[in-house]
Amino acid sequence: MPRAAAGARLLRDGLLWGAGAALLLLSVAVAVTIGPARISVPDVWSAVASHLGLGHGRLTPIRDGIIWDLRMPRTLLAAVCGAGLAVCGTVMQSLLRNPLADPFVLGVSSGASTGAVVVVVLGVGGGAVSVSGGAFAGALCSFALVLVLSHTLGGSTDRVVLSGVAAMQLFSALTSFVVMTAADAEQTRGVLFWLLGSLSGAGWSDVWMCSAVLAVTLLICLGHARTLDAFAFGQDAAAALGVHVARTRIVLLCTTALLTAALVSSAGAIGFVGLVLPHAARALTGAGHRRLLPVTALAGAVFLVWADTLARTVLDPQEVPVGVVTSLVGVPAFILVLHRTRRNA
Amino acid sequence: MSRAEGGRGTPGDGLRATRVSREAGGRIVLDGVSIAPPPGATVGLLGPNGSGKTTLLRVMAGVLAPGAGVVTLDGRTLAETGRRAVARRVAVVDQHAVTQVDLSVLDVVRLGRIPHRRAWSPSGPEDEDAVREALAHTGLAGRAGQSWHTLSGGERQRVQIARALAQRPRELLLDEPTNHLDIQHQLELLSLVAALPVTAVVALHDLNLAAMFCDRVTVMKEGRVVAGGTPSEVITEELIADVYRVRAVVAPEGPEGRPSVRFLPGRALRGGPGHDEGAGP
Repeated sequence: MPRAAAGARLLRDGLLWGAGAALLLLSVAVAVTIGPARISVPDVWSAVASHLGLGHGRLTPIRDGIIWDLRMPRTLLAAVCGAGLAVCGTVMQSLLRNPLADPFVLGVSSGASTGAVVVVVLGVGGGAVSVSGGAFAGALCSFALVLVLSHTLGGSTDRVVLSGVAAMQLFSALTSFVVMTAADAEQTRGVLFWLLGSLSGAGWSDVWMCSAVLAVTLLICLGHARTLDAFAFGQDAAAALGVHVARTRIVLLCTTALLTAALVSSAGAIGFVGLVLPHAARALTGAGHRRLLPVTALAGAVFLVWADTLARTVLDPQEVPVGVVTSLVGVPAFILVLHRTRRNA
Repeated sequence: MSRAEGGRGTPGDGLRATRVSREAGGRIVLDGVSIAPPPGATVGLLGPNGSGKTTLLRVMAGVLAPGAGVVTLDGRTLAETGRRAVARRVAVVDQHAVTQVDLSVLDVVRLGRIPHRRAWSPSGPEDEDAVREALAHTGLAGRAGQSWHTLSGGERQRVQIARALAQRPRELLLDEPTNHLDIQHQLELLSLVAALPVTAVVALHDLNLAAMFCDRVTVMKEGRVVAGGTPSEVITEELIADVYRVRAVVAPEGPEGRPSVRFLPGRALRGGPGHDEGAGP
């Protein structure tokens, strides 16, 4: 009986992942066709095939360029960012036992923004430091601040979240200060766009960098899947189940902070993906992280692909920052989550 | 597994704390506590709030490190044994398990297999057996699919005990497991624990429950062990006056002639001067 049940579970998981992967592939293919230039799904396949060396392109260089150099990296970066943010949110929520934890709430995104703005507006580093490098440094600074703050405050999970809120406020203020005092109008516009999160500047290098960091993070988190399950009843319960609580928290929080830094440095601070998508995925798979993490990643990827497609088409030819779209969807979902947690408390 | 039969009270066998001390916030919470539960026995841990019961259990579970002294498992310290290996032997049930995660009864019981599994290994037949046995033992076999959040307090504690049993422990540490339960569930839970084939250390508030279900009791006061022995030896009017500072009548009217405690209004005449809180001498 349990053997059969295990088999059925495996089959169900396989179906769920297969369906998710197919949905993601289809979403990417369709999203690439949407935009001012008319492009069909077969065009997309043809362009992809020719760039992968499977057959010759039958497309004009311009159409090929639109697909391969503009829309494809942007859509793929949306998928990678969505997956990454959702995974970060899942891990942070489980580790901190707080359904409202995500990279945004913990101030990591704000720190990355400050780092980027300091580089763009103040010219720190004199061109030797890229925007990404600045964002990376900023994310690590804010995360270190959160860790130190929460540690000195006693290290309990609500302290971590409160420290995150404090860090978020501090770094937002710093960013505003830098922008107000030093930026000209054009820079301000660019910075604002970036603060709200935007995938408009996506290139293949961003895609590769973020994919690599995502892959490593996902592997590490899946390796800790059962450890994450053990945190359901708190750190003491996890410790009593043989988990090295402090070590696990440091490893996983640092890994997710690094991934967040990589994502924010490429796409800006896209909010609410990490907050909302884990809850949606949990409703599909249950709380076990072995099954939850891959599904969360797929759900986040599909979600952000469509959010970005909406962002670049809804006010065509104007573009809305994708962070605006995710927030408009995210805030009602956030309130729903609050209601559910109140019921369960 | 063959070691499981080796424990017949040889020195160093089982889980024992030796002269364990621990400070918290500049206050001494445990002051040279030694406890050696006989294998298979149910040991009640008694004492007023703040006497160090919870801290002792946490130190014995390896969740807290002792400031001084050692906790040993079959003669080896918990640090030497390793955290996962300890969790395969010693299971813990807290007084009030809280989660916001949406878990089924089966999910919770499965958590007990975590110390037995490596990071990437799938669950094997031994895991499934342990989970099924734990559910059956606690009378939860028919409710595996039910959501944790729909359970009553007594049912939740039963699920936590099932989770602990799924760890296949030989030692079980319970911190006031009946605290939030009504009388019926208190009795049910403790008879379940007392019948388990494990060494159980149970922190309890209710002296009558302790007298009824425990083979031995250890009494703590201000971080020290002040008495230990069978319930009849330990639970006396003098001890209650000294440790809890209340008056009581103790009569051998419990089951099997075990002590039964009836409290009386007013402060005990014995047990030292001064008040519990505030202006002491």
